Amino acid sequence: MTDWPILSTVTFLPLVGVLLLLLTREDSAYGRRNILNVSLLTTVFTFIVSLFIWIGFDNSNPGFQMVEKHAWLGTGISYHLGVDGISMLFVILTTFLMPFCILASWHSVQTRLKEYMIAFLLLEVVMVGVFVALDIVLFYVFFEATLIPMFVIIGVWGGKDRVYASYKFFLYTLAGSVLMMLAIMAMYWQAGTTDIPELLRFNFPAGMQTWLWLACFAAFAVKMPMWPVHTWLPDAHVQAPTAGSVILAGVMLKLGGYGFIRISLAMFPLASDYFAPFVFTLSVLAIIYTSLVAMMQDDIKKLIAYSSVAHMGYVTMGIFAANMQGVQGAIFQMLSHGIVSGALFLCVGVIYDRLHTREISAYGGLVNNMPKYAVAFMVFTMANVGLPGTSGFVGEFLTIVGVFQVNTWVALFAATGVILSASYALWLYRRVIWGALEKESLKGLLDLTGREKLILYPLVALTIFYGVYPAPIFDATAASVDLLVNNYAAALQAAQDLALTVH
Amino acid sequence: MTSELFLASLQLAMPEIILAVGALALLMIGVFSGERSAPTVTGLAVALIIASGLWLVLVPGEGVAFGGAFVLDPFTRFMKAVALIGSVTAMIMTVGHARSEQLDRFEFPVLLVIATLGMMLLISANDLLALYLGLELMSLSLYVVAAINRDSLRSTESGLKYFVLGSLSSGMLLYGMSLIYGFTGNTGFDGIALVLASETRSLGVVFGLVFVLAGLCFKISAVPFHMWTPDVYEGAPTPVTAFFAAGPKVAAMAILVRIVSDAFLPLVADWQQILVFVSIASMLLGSFAAIGQRNIKRLMAYSSIGHMGFALVGLAAGTETGVSGVILYMLIYMVMTLGTFACIMAMRRKEGDNVENVDDLAGLASTKPFMAVVLTALMFSMAGIPPLAGFFAKYFVFIAAIEAELYALAVIGVLSSVVGAYYYLRIVKLMWFDEATGEFARVPGELRLVFGLSGLFVTAYVIFGGPVGSAANAAAASFF
Repeated sequence: MTDWPILSTVTFLPLVGVLLLLLTREDSAYGRRNILNVSLLTTVFTFIVSLFIWIGFDNSNPGFQMVEKHAWLGTGISYHLGVDGISMLFVILTTFLMPFCILASWHSVQTRLKEYMIAFLLLEVVMVGVFVALDIVLFYVFFEATLIPMFVIIGVWGGKDRVYASYKFFLYTLAGSVLMMLAIMAMYWQAGTTDIPELLRFNFPAGMQTWLWLACFAAFAVKMPMWPVHTWLPDAHVQAPTAGSVILAGVMLKLGGYGFIRISLAMFPLASDYFAPFVFTLSVLAIIYTSLVAMMQDDIKKLIAYSSVAHMGYVTMGIFAANMQGVQGAIFQMLSHGIVSGALFLCVGVIYDRLHTREISAYGGLVNNMPKYAVAFMVFTMANVGLPGTSGFVGEFLTIVGVFQVNTWVALFAATGVILSASYALWLYRRVIWGALEKESLKGLLDLTGREKLILYPLVALTIFYGVYPAPIFDATAASVDLLVNNYAAALQAAQDLALTVH
Repeated sequence: MTSELFLASLQLAMPEIILAVGALALLMIGVFSGERSAPTVTGLAVALIIASGLWLVLVPGEGVAFGGAFVLDPFTRFMKAVALIGSVTAMIMTVGHARSEQLDRFEFPVLLVIATLGMMLLISANDLLALYLGLELMSLSLYVVAAINRDSLRSTESGLKYFVLGSLSSGMLLYGMSLIYGFTGNTGFDGIALVLASETRSLGVVFGLVFVLAGLCFKISAVPFHMWTPDVYEGAPTPVTAFFAAGPKVAAMAILVRIVSDAFLPLVADWQQILVFVSIASMLLGSFAAIGQRNIKRLMAYSSIGHMGFALVGLAAGTETGVSGVILYMLIYMVMTLGTFACIMAMRRKEGDNVENVDDLAGLASTKPFMAVVLTALMFSMAGIPPLAGFFAKYFVFIAAIEAELYALAVIGVLSSVVGAYYYLRIVKLMWFDEATGEFARVPGELRLVFGLSGLFVTAYVIFGGPVGSAANAAAASFF
């Protein structure tokens, strides 16, 4: 078990599915069935294999585990993989959400199913790759490569304005990340390596950190997305097919947060400290402003998209609080949001498949004929609000606790955001689910089918389980986060001592 | 010159000699067997280039020949191999199009062989005179092939335009050379470098440098000497355009690399600022001007202007890393361009006529899935999106620019690559998001082979690119 390259296996396993899909034909109902089964089996199998990462993971080891390293391209860049407490659970999250995406596309994707599934499996490869890469160029390669399949997914299978949304998504995120590429190169010339563990040990000069931090910030802030560069997200979400939205909200946004923790905070501590108030300001603006915007939306998906931006505000705030609670809370919030927002988009998908509209005003009173759906939606809405007992609460609470130690005003405004999130989420729920069932078009709607139960019930269980018993996640992340926070504090202390001796 | 030296020189120049003698023999075959000989001559020309390439790669030996006018080192060997691959691929691509584009004359392959010979001599030039001879041999052949379709107004116009502007640039080049000779007393690159290193630079030499660079920038179609490119690309028959976009660019870039990092190395501060300007201007113009293009050949012209700008980023760094980046960039650029042109040549309606509008690609993903996938990979690669080869091309030139602390150049460069991504995305969008308006005829085998190989190269580079990169590094070690 120890010699087996499990990370490479998990990363590239979906490619086997891609090869099988290339051999199948789509032209009959039988072929369609084959494609769906192959994709589902591939993703489920990948998830099961990825669980071995968690099983084999040593919670007490703060460093990188299951490391694989090979020379690559003969230019100092290496094919270096490994996971630590920060990245491991994101790998599981990605492989976990994938089967749900396949299931959610079961009937809703009618055209070019084969290409659709290939795009999703390729997307899984590169997303897992981002989290396991331990070479910064490899990280960048995977980070950017996510754009190609996502562009095609939004553009081919998206809604009415799909072309605009896919362009906006692609160009926005590309513009952000090319600057990070330059930062990576500058880091290479400064430190003489592209290896992430070595870069983590390297002390970049303070003046240089500022520029590197800003360049990386451009990439991650767009991906995250932070206010004011979030505007691509609502468009992309609204136009993307349901499974595309799930992956966007569930995993792709986390690439930004993961980058902040792994690169910005860990490699540029002085700059992170210097820019923390700036990040706090943007985070608070995001939390309050986008919550208000969310309240005024007519489109369910757009509302959830804006609520995602607000929730990512807690994440960035927690990360740059740079203490144990803040960073732990941010990681937890990202994982929880991955499940909850993914589940919310799946819920929207359920009614969208029936009625083909996302207008809030087209619904109302669904509780009367879709009680099971109403319960599931209720759980996710509450988790989105951050009700104690759901996973949403733990993350929000911890990030606020974390930031409270740094800046009480930020904590105050962020806590206001919780109230705002309750108002838009509950109002949405009231308009869609409660009330009398008056609209003719809604009366014929059936409750959850077996497939939809299979999608939503496990997510309901997880949301409540991690809300009540978050320990498995914290156990996994604690050691690595502890190391990160200590290194961060030590770097700041060293800089301060140096300043004192100079004066 | 003693006979041993002469023989040694001949041996070093054997690939060129094969091409030169072979071209004359092909001409004889063509003249004596009349018009019907065109396919035979084309086949023989391909064989000739392959023979020359095999000699180049397999027979070892390095050094300076013909009294210092000709040099063979790892750099020239690599660039010649790239140029030969470009020529032979472009020539294979002409086969299916010979009749429709009126290329079915035996002069056409002969001219292409002579142009290839010119490229080889140009790459190997180690003396201003050798440079000029190689350049003119290449250019004069190209002027003729641009206008080879005599009955087409556009083709003759593009030939004439290319000739007039090309002559102007040759004039500038010659004027610059005479200034350099006048102020340094040398035409050999080594001699010039020695003189420049030993004395303070004079204004006359800088003048000469500017004119020489202007002449060479014309050949690689860098801004502000790019005006001919869109018209010539559009007007010339498509197989000819493919040929233009491949080998000649590689050859001209190779001699530009040699002249600045060999002869003018002591003046690095002077040529660096020129190249930085040219590079920025080319990248910006290449990305912005391509946005409005509807004709795919014109679009490729602007795209190539932009790509030359990116390649120059590496050269502007003036370091070994930079040169290695340029070499790699030219190789990857050439493969992508040939693949794209193979796709463009495959844009032939069932009714038989070729189409050149970008919009004609609409819905290609449903009508010709394989071609659409390859073209998509090529477009993302040209836009520089990892994990495709085009990303690594950009990576290695920009890493050199960062090393040389040319931060402004690097930032403008990557941002213009984002702008450039827009029009590459438009092609992807047309192929995948839009409905098909018509279907293309069956793609000829040779074109499918070319774009298939090209697509394989850009996607597999991420796994197998190591040896290519090492070869480029070894080639760059010829300088500095």
